[in-house]
Amino acid sequence: MRRQIHALAVAGACALATTAGAETGSGGLAPFRIVAADGTDAIPDSLTDKAGDAAAGAKVVVNRRQGNCLGCHQVSSLKTESFHGEVGPSLDGVAGRWSAAHLRMIVVNPKHVFGEATVMPAFYRIDGLSRVRTEFQGKPILTAQQVEDVVAYLTTLK
Amino acid sequence: MPSVPLRVALAAAVILASAVAPQAQDGAERPAWQGHGIKPQSPDSPFDQVVSGLYFRSKETQAMQADDFNNPGFLAVEQGEELWSKVDGAAGKSCASCHNEAATSMKGVAAAYPKWNEKLSKPVNLEQRIDLCRKGAMKAEPYAFGSPELTAMTTYLRNQSRGMPVAVKVDGPMTPWFERGKALYYQRNGQLDLACANCHEKNHGKYLRADFLSQGQSNGFPVYRLRDQRLVPLHERMEGCMQDVRATPFKPLSDEFLALETYVAWRGLGLPVETPAVRN
Ligand code: HEC
Ligand code: HEC
Repeated sequence: MRRQIHALAVAGACALATTAGAETGSGGLAPFRIVAADGTDAIPDSLTDKAGDAAAGAKVVVNRRQGNCLGCHQVSSLKTESFHGEVGPSLDGVAGRWSAAHLRMIVVNPKHVFGEATVMPAFYRIDGLSRVRTEFQGKPILTAQQVEDVVAYLTTLK
Repeated sequence: MPSVPLRVALAAAVILASAVAPQAQDGAERPAWQGHGIKPQSPDSPFDQVVSGLYFRSKETQAMQADDFNNPGFLAVEQGEELWSKVDGAAGKSCASCHNEAATSMKGVAAAYPKWNEKLSKPVNLEQRIDLCRKGAMKAEPYAFGSPELTAMTTYLRNQSRGMPVAVKVDGPMTPWFERGKALYYQRNGQLDLACANCHEKNHGKYLRADFLSQGQSNGFPVYRLRDQRLVPLHERMEGCMQDVRATPFKPLSDEFLALETYVAWRGLGLPVETPAVRN
C-alpha cells in the first residue's frame, strides 16, 4: 500500500482526508508522504531541507516544554537527567528496532504504527484533536526541524 | 483512615519498595500501592482493586495525612467548623440553625455526593449544595468556587464522613450523568491528545516523569497540596490535569465536571472518605 498524502490528511483517522489544503502556508505543516515499509507505515523523506542534528534532538527529548519524551521513556545515555518516566518502553537500542523512516512516523503520529489506542502523543499533527488550548491551536507539538533533530538523535540509540 | 491499617501499610511499603527499586527514579522510594485496595463494588469497574491516592504517595506524605495534628488540612476543618455556626445573610441564620450538630446531622452525607436534586432536576455536588443553603435558607451571598470559605466548608462536611465508604448513586435520573461522565473520562483532549483513562486507568503505578500516577480517585478531596500550601478542591485538580495535556479545561461546577465528578466517585465506590488528604 502506498499513499501520497499531505500532513493534514495524515493526522486524523487516515480515511478522513478532509482538511488538506486548509492550512498550508505559515501555519500549516510540511507535506510528507507515508509509505508502508515491511508492513508498517513509515515516512521515508525528511520533513525539512536541513539534516537533523542529533545533539539538538537530545535537548528536545529532554525539554519539558518540547518533546518531554522522558515524561514517558527512559534513556540510559541521558542518566544525568533526573526523572525518566515509565509509561512507554526504554528507548535504548531503538535504532536497532526501527528504521529512520519508521522512527519519523512514530514521532509524527504513532497511531500509524501502534494503533489508535496508543498513549503516545502525535508530535506533528494538528487536526483530529479536541479542546486544544488557544495558544497551541493549529500548532504541532514539535516543529518539522525538531522532528528531524529527534529522529537524528533516535538513530544514534543503537 | 484508621491508624492500624495505615501502620501495616507503611510496613508493607518499606518491604515492597526495596524489592522493586526503580532504575528510573534514583533515590526515590517507589510507593507500594498494591494490596492496599478494596474489591471493586461494581462488576463494571475497570479495576482489579480500587486503591486510594494515599498509597501512591510517599511514606512521609502518608504519615502526614494520618496524623491529625500534623495534617495541615485540619486548619480548613477548623475554619469550616467556625463557619458552621456563624450567622450570615438576611435570614439571620447559620448552618447550625437548621442542621444542629454537624457531627450527627452530616455524618455520611458527603460520601453520597454528587446527589440528584429534585428541584433543579440535576445533580449537585457538595459545593453547590452548600451554596443552595446559603442562597435559600440563609439568604446569604453564595461562596465563590475556590474561595477559602467554600473549600473550608466542603472540607469540614467531607470530614464528617471520614472513614465511611464513598456511596454515590448512579441509577435512576443519575444514569445519564454517569454515562456522560464516563464518555468524558475516555475522551482524549488537548494538544497531547490524552484522556483521563490514559493516565489513571492504563498507567497508574508508573512514573510520568516525576509524578507517580494514581488511579485519580476523589475520596480524599479537598486535598491539602504541599506544593500550593492550601486545600485544592476536586474541580481545580481536574482543571490542572486538563491544562497539563494542553487542553482548555471545563469550568469548575460546569455540567461537564459535575458529570465527571459523579463518574469518578463511582470508580472509587467503597473507598473510605479521607478528607482532608495530603498530596505533594
Ligand atoms: C505520554 C506518553 C509518551 C510520550 C510523551 C512519548 N511516548 Fe514514545 N511511546 C509511548 C508508548 C506507550 C510507547 C509503546 C507503544 C505503545 O504501546 O503504544 C511508545 C513507543 C515509542 C517508540 C518505539 C519504542 C520501541 O522500542 O519500539 C519510540 C521510538 C518512541 N516512543 C519515541 C518517542 C519520542 C522521541 C518521544 C518524544 C518526542 C516520545 N516517544 C514521547 C509513550 C510516549
Ligand atoms: C497526562 C496525565 C494525566 C491525565 C490525562 C489526567 N491526569 Fe489526573 N493526575 C495526573 C497526575 C500526574 C496526578 C498527580 C498524581 C496522581 O495522583 O496521579 C493526577 C491527579 C489526579 C487526581 C487526584 C488524585 C489524588 O488522590 O490526589 C484526580 C482526582 C485526577 N487526577 C482526575 C483526573 C481526571 C478526571 C482527568 C481527566 C479530565 C485526569 N485526571 C487526567 C495526571 C493526569
